[in-house]
Amino acid sequence: MILGGIDIIVLSATLMAASTPVLLAATGELIAEKAGVLNLGVEGMMIMGAVGGFAAATVTGSPVLGFVGGALAGAVLAMVFAVLTQVFLSNQTATGLALTLFGLGLSALIGKGYEGVRPPPTPKLDLGPLADIPVLGPVLFSHDWVVYASLALVAGTWVFLRRSRAGLILRAVGESHDAAHALGYRVIAVRIAALAFGGAMAGFGGAYLSLVRVPQWTEGMTAGAGWIALAIVVFASWRPERVLIGAYLFGGISALQLQLQAAGYAIPVHLLSMAPYVLTIVVLVLLSALHRHGAQAAPADLGRSFHAAR
Amino acid sequence: MIVLIKRPTPSRFWAYTTPLLAVLATMIAGGLLFAALGKNPVEAIKVIFWDPLFGANAAYFRSQLLVKAAPLILIAAGLAVGFRAGIWNIGAEGQYIIGALCGASVALAAYPAESAWLFPAMVVAGLLGGFLWGMIPAALRVVFGTSEILVSLMLVYVAQNLLAYAAFGPLKNPQGYGFPGSRNLQQYPSAHNPELIAGTGAHWGVVAALIAVIGAYVLMHRHIAGFRIRVAGEAPRAARFAGVVPARLVVTCLGLSGALAGLAGLFEVSGPNGQITDSFNAGYGFTAIIVAFLGRLHPLGILLAGLLMALTYIGGDMAQLMLGLPAAAIQVFQGMLLFFLLGFDLLTNYRIRMTGAHA
Amino acid sequence: MTGTMLLDIVGLRKAYPGVVANDDVGFAVAPGEVHALLGENGAGKSTLVKMIYGLVKPDAGTMRLMGQPYEPAEPRAARAAGVAMVFQHFSLFEALSVAENVALGMESPPPMRDLARRIREISTTYGLPLDPARTVGDLSAGERQRVEIIRCLLQDPKLLIMDEPTSVLTPQEVEILFHTLRKLAAEGTAILYISHKLEEIRALCDSATILRGGKVVGSCIPREKTARELAEMMVGGEFAATDRAGRSLGAPVLEVRALSLAPMSQFGPALREVSLTLRAGEVLGIGGVAGNGQEELLATLAGERPSAPGTVILKGAEVAHLGPNERRAMGLLSAPEERLGHAAVPAMSLTENTLLTGTIRRPLIRQGFIDMGAAKSFAEEIITAFDVRTPGAHVAARALSGGNLQKYVIGREVLQAPDVLIVNQPTWGVDAAAAAAIRQALLDLAAKGAGVIVISQDLDELMEIADNFCALYEGRLSAPRPTEGLTLEEIGLMLGGAHGMTDVLAKEAAR
Repeated sequence: MILGGIDIIVLSATLMAASTPVLLAATGELIAEKAGVLNLGVEGMMIMGAVGGFAAATVTGSPVLGFVGGALAGAVLAMVFAVLTQVFLSNQTATGLALTLFGLGLSALIGKGYEGVRPPPTPKLDLGPLADIPVLGPVLFSHDWVVYASLALVAGTWVFLRRSRAGLILRAVGESHDAAHALGYRVIAVRIAALAFGGAMAGFGGAYLSLVRVPQWTEGMTAGAGWIALAIVVFASWRPERVLIGAYLFGGISALQLQLQAAGYAIPVHLLSMAPYVLTIVVLVLLSALHRHGAQAAPADLGRSFHAAR
Repeated sequence: MIVLIKRPTPSRFWAYTTPLLAVLATMIAGGLLFAALGKNPVEAIKVIFWDPLFGANAAYFRSQLLVKAAPLILIAAGLAVGFRAGIWNIGAEGQYIIGALCGASVALAAYPAESAWLFPAMVVAGLLGGFLWGMIPAALRVVFGTSEILVSLMLVYVAQNLLAYAAFGPLKNPQGYGFPGSRNLQQYPSAHNPELIAGTGAHWGVVAALIAVIGAYVLMHRHIAGFRIRVAGEAPRAARFAGVVPARLVVTCLGLSGALAGLAGLFEVSGPNGQITDSFNAGYGFTAIIVAFLGRLHPLGILLAGLLMALTYIGGDMAQLMLGLPAAAIQVFQGMLLFFLLGFDLLTNYRIRMTGAHA
Repeated sequence: MTGTMLLDIVGLRKAYPGVVANDDVGFAVAPGEVHALLGENGAGKSTLVKMIYGLVKPDAGTMRLMGQPYEPAEPRAARAAGVAMVFQHFSLFEALSVAENVALGMESPPPMRDLARRIREISTTYGLPLDPARTVGDLSAGERQRVEIIRCLLQDPKLLIMDEPTSVLTPQEVEILFHTLRKLAAEGTAILYISHKLEEIRALCDSATILRGGKVVGSCIPREKTARELAEMMVGGEFAATDRAGRSLGAPVLEVRALSLAPMSQFGPALREVSLTLRAGEVLGIGGVAGNGQEELLATLAGERPSAPGTVILKGAEVAHLGPNERRAMGLLSAPEERLGHAAVPAMSLTENTLLTGTIRRPLIRQGFIDMGAAKSFAEEIITAFDVRTPGAHVAARALSGGNLQKYVIGREVLQAPDVLIVNQPTWGVDAAAAAAIRQALLDLAAKGAGVIVISQDLDELMEIADNFCALYEGRLSAPRPTEGLTLEEIGLMLGGAHGMTDVLAKEAAR
C-alpha cells in the first residue's frame, strides 16, 4: 500500500515504536500529576534514562538491564525533585525547569564515553503465525517487548486509578491535600511515590529512545520529547486511555515526517522537523478551546505545595 | 525530629544570604564532582572562579565577562518580571533566535548599502521579532487558555528549525563556498554592533542590559504597575481585586520578556557572534532562567547573577582548555546552583526547629 | 465514676511556639451523652479535637476511651478505636463521587457496589437522603455535610465529634441534623459538639465544657443557663451591644437590575436575575449558606467581573463595564470574604497592602510612582483607628490573627470614606470583641450616610445590624424584607428551607 510515496503499512508499523517513549513518559507524568505534583522535569528525567539505560546496557551487555538502569536513573533524578518540592517546599515550576537543565547537563557528562558506541540490540518478539497475518501482522505483531509492555502499563494505570483503593487515595491526595491529610493519609509519602513512578517511566521511555529507536547515544537526543509528554497529559485531560491516543497521534506525525523526508519530497528538512512541535501546539490550542467552558479535568491541587499547618 | 514552622514574615536576612550559601554549596558539590572526574577540585574551582578575573590573561577574560553576561542579564530581567507575576515564559531561547533572525534579515536585505539608519532598524526588527514570537503563547493563553509554559517551550524547537532552515536556505552566504551560514555582519560596517570602549567588551547589548536592569528596578519596586505584577504572582485573586486584568498582564509579561530576548539575540548576531548559523544559539535563553532565580527575581540581583553565570561560562571554557574538564560539567554545575538555591529558599519562609524525640 | 465514662481527658496540654493552645484541659463524656465544647474562635477547641482525633499529638496529659488508655498516633487509629469526626470544612473531595468520598473515610471499605447500597440504607434510616453516584462538587453545603455524617455512621462510632456543624446549614436543616443526632445519642453514641452558637447548645446538649484562652473555665448544664450567661462564661465578661441608633434612609446609591452571570469555577454557582436597591444610610443584609453565590455577587459588584450593560447603577451612573478601580473612584468599595489571598496579600506587609485598594481615593501614588511614606502613614492610621494588634505596619498580613487582619481590611475600606461599601462575611472566624468593633464600624459608616451591604451566614449578625434582609439561594436573591419582626422560621424558608427534604419535614410534621 503506497500512497504518495509513503508506505502506509511501514508507517503504521513505525508509529507504535515511535510513540513508545512519549507514551511511557506521559503515563508516568500522569500518575505524578494525579497525585497533585507538576513535574516539569520530564525532559531531564527522560534524557537521564536515555544515558543511564545506554550505559547499563553496554556495560552489562543486556538490553533488559539497560531498561532497568534507565528507569532507575529517571527515578533517582525524580527523587531530587521530590526532596526539593516535597520536603524543602520549593516552587514546583522552577524546580522542574532546574531538573531539566540539570539532567541535560549531567547526561551529556555521563554520555561522553558512549558516543559512537552501538548498544546490544533488543530483538523483536517472535509471535509466530500472528506476524504473518497480512497488514495486521507487520503493524501490530512485529515489535519488541517494550512496545507491548508500554501498552500493558497504560492498561495497568487505568485499572490502578479507576479500580484500586491505592489509586483512589492517590486521586484524593491530588484533589485536596488538606482533606486527605485530615483523614490521615500521608500526602507527602503518596506524592513521593508517585514522583518516583513518574521518574522511572520517563527513564524507561528515554532508554527506549537510546537503545531501540535511534539506537545510539547523542547529546540532547530527547529533543523535546519530555515536553511533548507533558503536553500529552494535558491533551488527555488526565485520563490514561487518552494518553494512549495522544502519544500515538504524536508518534504518527513523527513517523510520517521521517517518511516524508525519506520519500524525497521537496519540503526542506528543517521545516518537516518542526511538524511534531507545531502539531503539539495546535492540539493543545484545540483542546483548551474545547475545554474553555467545560469541565476542567486537572486535579484541583495540581502544583500546590503541601505543608501541614498545626 | 526536625519540624518546619512557617515564618509569619519572610526573613530578609535569609533572602540575601541564601544565594551566597547556594554558591558556596555548589562550589563544594562541584568540587566533589570534579574530583570524581579525576580533576583536582581546588585547582578546578580556582581556574573557573579566580583565573578569569585575576589570573594571567585576566584582561582578555574580563572583557569576555561583559560579552557573556549582557544577553543573560537582558533576557533574565524580562523573564523575572513574568516569573514574579506567575507567568512562565520558558521559551526565551526561541525569542532570542527569532530576534537574531529578524535583525540579521534586515541587514542582509540591505547588504551592501551603508546607512546610519540600518543598525537602528535592525534593533527595531530584533525587538519586534522577539516580541511577536512571545505574543504567540500570550495570544493562545488569553484567547484559548492554553498553557504558556508548553507553547513557549515548543516554539523553541520550532525556532531552532527555522534557524537551521535559514542558515541552510534563504540567508545562506552566496559567497560562502557552499558552507551553511550567513554573511558575517562584523564585516558589514553599518550592521556591526561594535565594541564601544576598547578592551571592555562593552557593545550596545551591554548598554541595553544596563538600561533593562534600571528600568526593571523602577518598574517593579517604585511603580504601582510593578506592585500589581508582584501581587498577581503572590495572590491572583487579590490582583483582580486590585484591578489587574489577567489578559493584559499575560500580554505585557510575555511581550516584554520576548522583546528583551529578541534584542539580546540581535545584539549577539550583529556583534560577538557575527553570523546566522544553525548552531548560533548557545542556550542563553535557558541559562537566563537560572540567572533570574539566582538573582531572586530582583533586577539588581540579576545583574550580579548574570556576571557570576558569565564567569562560570568563561571559567568553564578555561577549565576545558587547561584541565580537560568536559563542557557539560559546567552545565551540571549551573544546574546544581539552581537546585541549592531552590532548596535553601526554605530558610526564607520557614524556621527549622529541632524537637525532642517525645513529640 | 470514671469507669462508666466513654471518654475521659485529664491535664491535656499542647503548645506551639509563642502560643499555648491547650493548657491542663480535662473533661469527660458518658455514653449517649451530647457534650458541648463551647468557646470563642481561638479558645483552643480545634486543637483539642484534633488531639482526640489523632491529628495532633499532645505534649502532656492523658486520654482514656472506654477505660482504656487512648493515644491515637493518627486518624486511622482514632477511627479504629471508634472515634469519628465531621469536619467544619476541608475533608471532602469535590471531583470525586459521594461513594468514593465515603470509602476514603473508612478503614476497609466494601466493594463499591455494596458500599453504594449501604449508603442508601443508612441515609434513609437517619433521614438524610443521598445519591452515592453524585459528584460531591455538585452538592449543596447541607448535602455535603450528610456525606460526612454518613461516612462516620458507616463505621458505628462510639464517639462522634462534630466541629461547628451548623454554620453551613439553614435553620430547617439544623432541625433535621438535631433530630439525627438525638436519635444517635438515644442509641448510645456519645457526641462531642463544638460550637459557639449558644441557642443551639441549649437546645441540643446535655452538658457543656467551656474553654477560654486554651483553658477550661467552667462546665454547666446548658439548659439551666440563659444564652447570656453562657456568652459571659465564654467571653469572660460583659460585652457591649452595638448601637444602631440615628440612621435615616436617603436616596438610592446602588441599584442592581436583573444581574445574571455564568459561574466563576467548575462547581461554583451562577448569578440569576439578581436585583436590589441600596439607599444612602441603609445596611442591607444578604443572608444565605456559603456557596450560593455570595462570592460571585461581591466580585461582580466590586468590578472584578464585568456584567451586561444596565445591570449595575452607582449613584445614577451605569458602571457595569467598569473595573474595580474605576468603581472605587466613584465611591464603591468592598471587602471580600477571603482575607488572605483576596482582600490582602499574605506575604506583603500591612503598608504594601494599603496599595491594593487605597491608591485611588488616597494620595498614595504620584503619577504611578509609589509614595511609601504615605502608604505607611495610611497603614498606621488604620492600625490606630481600628485597634489592629500588630508590632507595626511592616509586619506581613499573614502574621496577623484572623480578627486583627479583618479589622485591618474593613478599616482600610471604611477610612477611604466610601459611598457604598460591600462586605462578605465580615466577622467570620473573628473573636467576639473584634466582631463587635467591626459591626459598630459598619453601623457608624451607614450613620454617616453611606450605603452598606453585609453578606453573611450569621443570621444573628444580620438581625442585629441590618435594616433590610434578602436571602441569596442558588444564585437568586429574594425580595428584601425589613428585619424588624422577621422570624428565624421565615428566614429559613427564604434561604431555601431544607434541600430536597420537604417530604421528610412533612412526615415530621405529621407525626
